[in-house]
Amino acid sequence: MNNIVFLNILRFVGLLLLQVLVCSNINFMGYVNPFVYLLFILLYPTSNNRLLFIFSSFLLGLCVDIFLDSGGAHAAATVLIAFLRPLFLKFSFGAAYEYQAIKFSNTDFTKRLFYFLLVIVTHHLLLFSLVVFNQNESLLILNQTLYSTLFSLLLCLLLTSLFSTKQA
Amino acid sequence: MQQLFNFFIKNKTFVLFLLLFSIAITLTVQSHEFHRSKFLNSSNKITASIYGVSQNVGQYFNLKKENTLLLEENRRLKSERYNQKKTQTVDSILKQTYTLNTAHVYKNSYALPNNYLTLNKGLKDSVKEDYGVITSKGIVGIIDKVSTHYSRVLSLLNTNSRVNVKLKKTKHFGSLSWNTKAANIVQLNDIQDLVKLAIGDSVVTSGFSFTFPANIPVGTVHSFRLNDTKDLYIIDVKLFNDMTNLEHVYVLKNNDINELETLNDSDE
Repeated sequence: MNNIVFLNILRFVGLLLLQVLVCSNINFMGYVNPFVYLLFILLYPTSNNRLLFIFSSFLLGLCVDIFLDSGGAHAAATVLIAFLRPLFLKFSFGAAYEYQAIKFSNTDFTKRLFYFLLVIVTHHLLLFSLVVFNQNESLLILNQTLYSTLFSLLLCLLLTSLFSTKQA
Repeated sequence: MQQLFNFFIKNKTFVLFLLLFSIAITLTVQSHEFHRSKFLNSSNKITASIYGVSQNVGQYFNLKKENTLLLEENRRLKSERYNQKKTQTVDSILKQTYTLNTAHVYKNSYALPNNYLTLNKGLKDSVKEDYGVITSKGIVGIIDKVSTHYSRVLSLLNTNSRVNVKLKKTKHFGSLSWNTKAANIVQLNDIQDLVKLAIGDSVVTSGFSFTFPANIPVGTVHSFRLNDTKDLYIIDVKLFNDMTNLEHVYVLKNNDINELETLNDSDE
């Protein structure tokens, strides 16, 4: 138990630093950045105290906001996906997930991909709507969402596979 | 009352979500209004010192480029100095209007619609809000938030940024803003359609605000078109500064700022 708590605290800090010091400075093609800190929410244990989970997600989003000077856009997007996560889990892994704690490294790749994609698209859509904050720029919002989603998804999958082989 | 409590306990997850979500949305809305993001910015001690550590490592990779920049500035200043016709009297009685302070850029962004920089100088180094920030090539932005050791700069590349500038040749002035499209192009508005423009014309600061002295270089006219009502130009200005790789900047302190501010206050 303590091990899991420690692991998640480590993930929180590690992913936060990775995000603000490395990933937010990539600016691929001028403006495309991946958001790897979502891995904290993606990989959080499924059998959890939901209140604590939502609150820690909010805290992570807020920390990223403070670093990147974006007001509360990241916080809002992370809280939303933390709240909706049971829905996404049910959608991608079937209702069975509630009875057994999922180990993400053991799941089917396509199911995992689908789950990641759902979470990341929802997060990015809200995030860029709040960052751009202009109705007339909806094309820009969709454009940024699309490219950043691809980038984030790729990086999240790479990072998970990188660290799961170490455990096996 | 009991029912109300029961309702809250039953839906505690949703209530918490709603609470946190509305906090986040409020913060976002505030950040989009100029000078309203009161707390939570990257000039606080923890975030700025983490950026500082990262910058300390990163700056070694840019030493070569920074050296060239310094050499270039030195060359320009020296050639100005040697080609001066009359020797001006240097006297400590003559008052300096602007004091320059150097600073390191700890954090910079240019890909968002609202970009900010974090500098390693703050109240301790007598840096205050509304001071101008420039490099040897041109202007960067205006100080927006200050903490004890650090400060945050509202970059030119921010939709809330307004800087008063003029065309060097004709002295017509207007305000500089950004349409978020490209990191090296900003827009100059409010120039009358009667004004004769040419691509490549220089744009400099007007000196009407207390923030920047007159004639600091900003950029050149890149292209221009008329606005929807066909009476004002929208001019794309190509910046002299490369906003994507700023490292050393100067903070400009106007020594007359208090006097000028009291003048303006008395008008209201």
